[in-house]
Amino acid sequence: MLADRRFAGIAVAVLIAAALLPFVLPTYETNLAIEVLIFALLAMSIDLLAGYAGRTSLGHGAIFGIATYVAIYCATQQGVPALAAFILGVIGATLLAALFGLLATRTSGVYFLLLTLALGMIVWGVCLRWTTVTGGENGMRGTIRPAFLADRAHLYWFTLAITAAAVFLMWRFVHSAFGLTLRGIRDSNSRMRALGYDVSLHLLLGFTISGFFAGVAGALYAFFNDFVSPTAVALPQSVSGLLMAIVGGIGTLFGGLIGSALLVLLRDVVSSYTERWQSVLGLTFILIMILLPEGIIGGLRRLTARRTKGVQT
Amino acid sequence: MKRRTFLQATAVLAAPAIARADAAAIKVGVLAPLTGVVAAGGKEMVDGVKLYVEQSGGKIADRPVQLVVEDDGANPDVALQKARRLVEQEKVDFLIGDLLANTGLAVANYVKGNGMPYFIPIIAADDLTQRARIPNVIRVAGYSASQFSHPFGDWAAKQGYKRAVTISQDYTFGHEQCGGFAQVFTESGGQITQQFWHPLNTADFSPYLGQIAELKPDAVFFMETGADATRLIQQASSFGLKDQTKLIGCMNATDQSVIRTMNGEADGIVAAAHFAEGADIPATQAFVKAYESKYQVIPSLYGFSMYSGIMWVAKALETVGGRTDDRDAFLAAVLKTKLDGSPLGKTVSLDSYGNPIYDVYIRTVKKRADGKYWNVPTQTYPNVSQFWTYDPVTYMQQPPYSRSFQGIKKS
Repeated sequence: MLADRRFAGIAVAVLIAAALLPFVLPTYETNLAIEVLIFALLAMSIDLLAGYAGRTSLGHGAIFGIATYVAIYCATQQGVPALAAFILGVIGATLLAALFGLLATRTSGVYFLLLTLALGMIVWGVCLRWTTVTGGENGMRGTIRPAFLADRAHLYWFTLAITAAAVFLMWRFVHSAFGLTLRGIRDSNSRMRALGYDVSLHLLLGFTISGFFAGVAGALYAFFNDFVSPTAVALPQSVSGLLMAIVGGIGTLFGGLIGSALLVLLRDVVSSYTERWQSVLGLTFILIMILLPEGIIGGLRRLTARRTKGVQT
Repeated sequence: MKRRTFLQATAVLAAPAIARADAAAIKVGVLAPLTGVVAAGGKEMVDGVKLYVEQSGGKIADRPVQLVVEDDGANPDVALQKARRLVEQEKVDFLIGDLLANTGLAVANYVKGNGMPYFIPIIAADDLTQRARIPNVIRVAGYSASQFSHPFGDWAAKQGYKRAVTISQDYTFGHEQCGGFAQVFTESGGQITQQFWHPLNTADFSPYLGQIAELKPDAVFFMETGADATRLIQQASSFGLKDQTKLIGCMNATDQSVIRTMNGEADGIVAAAHFAEGADIPATQAFVKAYESKYQVIPSLYGFSMYSGIMWVAKALETVGGRTDDRDAFLAAVLKTKLDGSPLGKTVSLDSYGNPIYDVYIRTVKKRADGKYWNVPTQTYPNVSQFWTYDPVTYMQQPPYSRSFQGIKKS
């Protein structure tokens, strides 16, 4: 009870601090903050599956990007109002996730990884080749943001509000009875089946819900960039989302936020100094994996746990 | 909101001070792919800019120049991110660069909203200076994709080639170059027997080469860039196709960046271009010599274009006293500038759509005295605009070139 209240207090304090950011940050840094939030959402949606259902997906980049594609296509090619295009983007991504789920949740482990990877590659291929609709490798452009989001600070608050709501929902989700069944499936597939749970249905729902959140992130990305090209659905997108989740800590949910902040800021800062920034990033990840194999949040938890234990004895 | 109004107020107060401080550096945001698939070209882009700035004593219009180079990673999302950083954090005076069309289009869409001048000496996407023009995006010292393949189609027809095939990388740049060639070639009486489109980074061309050999065309127009160009030329050469039929290429296919990686397999291939490093023109040779002594390679399209592009902007800035704060005057000056000091050795101006008009060479790959290969012009088409001989308005009513529209005249 007390811990819950303290946790809620921290969450509210963080949210208020985050909401004040545009007052102190210049435009460019505000943009970076928006990007951090969007990719945090993607990383958390991946963690929802990887950390809680034990299914590591390499197809979430494609789900994310499809939301971006649908939103921009509807807004620039079909003249759909921006917010409706946003919602259609999320719906598109959720449907795609359901389809992915139908095909992929029959498998687990490395087969799940490869199947989601292949499905993601198909989406990428379609986006690249279906030139009449997707604009091929040049993608689609236009101003799709509604007028009240034209200012970057407004867009930041919009992103923050949606991310906060989504994070709250995800947090409730993983702590719900349904979330517990996913953890049960992660720990023992056969035991859950023996207890009478419909494992594949639960996984399908879990995958679809996770895809919904990836879609929200993707639709936000459409507002952020006003632009989409096949790189939005390409494999590196899935990999970077997964990397963020791993760096932050798989199965911690909030790790995605830490991972996203680290990755986005590190890339931004380092790439301004050296064109070998990818090597620097790679080394950083290797170091994190050696020193903190459970990710940053996981590692911190272990350290605090050890200290409390030390006090007790 | 208070903070913003405060900033605006101080900006107004500070404006006279800025106008007086004309010795402040001109900040140039240079975007180039320094990592990723086209990193070699990206490096030469930066080299080209640096060579010009160095030759002009680090100054443009009596103001010192500060280059801020960013890696666009050959990725449109990264390019957009970097453009934001240059504009919003570095507060550059203008942007120049990018190599791949998708990166350029992403940045162009961004600057459309904020008016930042953006110069694109390499980005060739036709529509950026045609159907989807953005006033603050100007193709200084660049070219639109189909600009040189139009006269090339005419040239091919005049060589007496009746039946031609095209083979190209399957993306917009290829569709546009092939479209330009196919339209003019078929309108001049030629026939396009077949068009082959292959994915980027094709390792093995033998299936295509076999089919082309079967068709026995008079000429093969190939539109390849980078490693694909190297592989196609090498494989066509060892396959014997180069002896059976006439290989004619787009300018990128026989660019220095490609032929310097080979041992003469490209010898004799003809292409159409505005720049030929082997042209017997003092300005061209002076540039080639300076570039070669600094970077130990003969300049490619990338080095040349960026060198001339930044020179173009510099000349324009000289006419407005180095003032970059009045963007309308700055952009108008760029559009008006007639560039005469470039390595081309002749005056170049822009059409009213922001795309240069060039004398286009038909150039052949030949061996230089020291054994290296370069492009030597054999024929010139004077004053070729992106619209060839068509009326701009009528031309832009036809759809942009794509896989499904190649402008081929039905015979």
